[in-house]
Amino acid sequence: MRYIRPLSIEDAVGQLAGSAGTAAILAGGSDLLVRMKGGFVEPDLIVDIKAIDGLSEIRETAEGFSIGAAVPCAVLGENVALKKAWPGVVEAAKLIGSKQVQGRCTITGNLCNASPAADSVPALVAAGARASVVGPAGRRTIPVQSVPTAPGKTSLAKGEIIEAILLDKRAPRSGDAYLRFIPRTEMDIAVVSAGVNLTLDEHGVVKSARVALGAVAATVLLVEEAAEVLIGSKLDEATLERLAKVCSGACRPIDDKRGTIEFRRKVAGVLAKRAATTAYARAGGK
Amino acid sequence: MAGVAVTTTINGDAIEYLCQPDETLLDVLRDRLGLTGAKEGCGTGDCGACSIILDDRLVCSCLVLGAEAEGRRVETIEGMAQGDTLHPLQQKFLEHAALQCGICTPGFLVAAKDLLAKNPDPTEEEIRFGLAGNLCRCTGYDKIVRAVQDAASVMKGA
Repeated sequence: MRYIRPLSIEDAVGQLAGSAGTAAILAGGSDLLVRMKGGFVEPDLIVDIKAIDGLSEIRETAEGFSIGAAVPCAVLGENVALKKAWPGVVEAAKLIGSKQVQGRCTITGNLCNASPAADSVPALVAAGARASVVGPAGRRTIPVQSVPTAPGKTSLAKGEIIEAILLDKRAPRSGDAYLRFIPRTEMDIAVVSAGVNLTLDEHGVVKSARVALGAVAATVLLVEEAAEVLIGSKLDEATLERLAKVCSGACRPIDDKRGTIEFRRKVAGVLAKRAATTAYARAGGK
Repeated sequence: MAGVAVTTTINGDAIEYLCQPDETLLDVLRDRLGLTGAKEGCGTGDCGACSIILDDRLVCSCLVLGAEAEGRRVETIEGMAQGDTLHPLQQKFLEHAALQCGICTPGFLVAAKDLLAKNPDPTEEEIRFGLAGNLCRCTGYDKIVRAVQDAASVMKGA
């Protein structure tokens, strides 16, 4: 096993692309080191990306925010501008693990770990976040929901690294929210989760919406039909009931020790309603 | 496997060591440097017994590679007391009997120190959430919370 800490993204990509055996990218290590410890993965090469210029920064640009792949979730929670613009994304990131894990874990790692129950991913999908991917063939930008393809699997090719997650600049009267159900009060894996992102018009009517559900399918679900229910409404009771029904219907959950199919379906609807109500209030809707 | 040469700062001292690329910082601290205050409870980042502060961030040293400490600042439980003078948190843990077997205690003290550095006047709820990454199977947590509250008021007065 070799451990390297390249200083440039090009070098990191070159090392990954040229590696003969199993290569792993190390940012926070809160998934990788656990998998190594459990014997599930034994990389021949570990590429620590934390010394790469710019990857440990959150940048506010004319287009929005660029969150470097090595930025720990604790830092997201300390960024006042990001929290104000994307409170749902930040609250989702802040739900991952303990204080200790927060100091290390990253949203890019959460995305690439490709767990169906990842907390930050439904919020990022609802937010319409994009991933900036660098690889041997150059740079490309893809929607975050196209990164995980199945539990533990991603669409990234050999040698590709996500260097940053991109969030758009906020339109006026916008708000997002993320909620998850766990049987404990903290430090647990989502049984069901929901992220909702809304933009309202001057009259408080929903102009655009995105609804994403977590832990109810093999990958996060972007529920377009749920967004259609919300658009044109002021989130009256009948709309919220329809939203819950559509979300419950969109789920393709499994039965396991954390929750049954029936329970997950029901809770997905409840959480979508509550997250939509919070997002609406954050957008200034009454 | 080739060893990795690391130069770092631990509790204010410049330290050099060689470690294996897959060796955790916890194993380096305990087995190579003789700093056995940080404990291995789970080894998977769930229990917090191996808590240390890395460049002002509270982390589990079992989830950090020894190689990653290069050029960084590590604070462990061994750096908490000043000579024979205990840190107020250590003193209050003793006074409140906030420990029984003691395995989780170094982790709790380091985590509580980090908590009070960032929030000198935490509510009980903030203490309980702030220390949720540290597990104790003896005390039931109440005495720990009271010790941290007491230490916070002493430290504010200092």
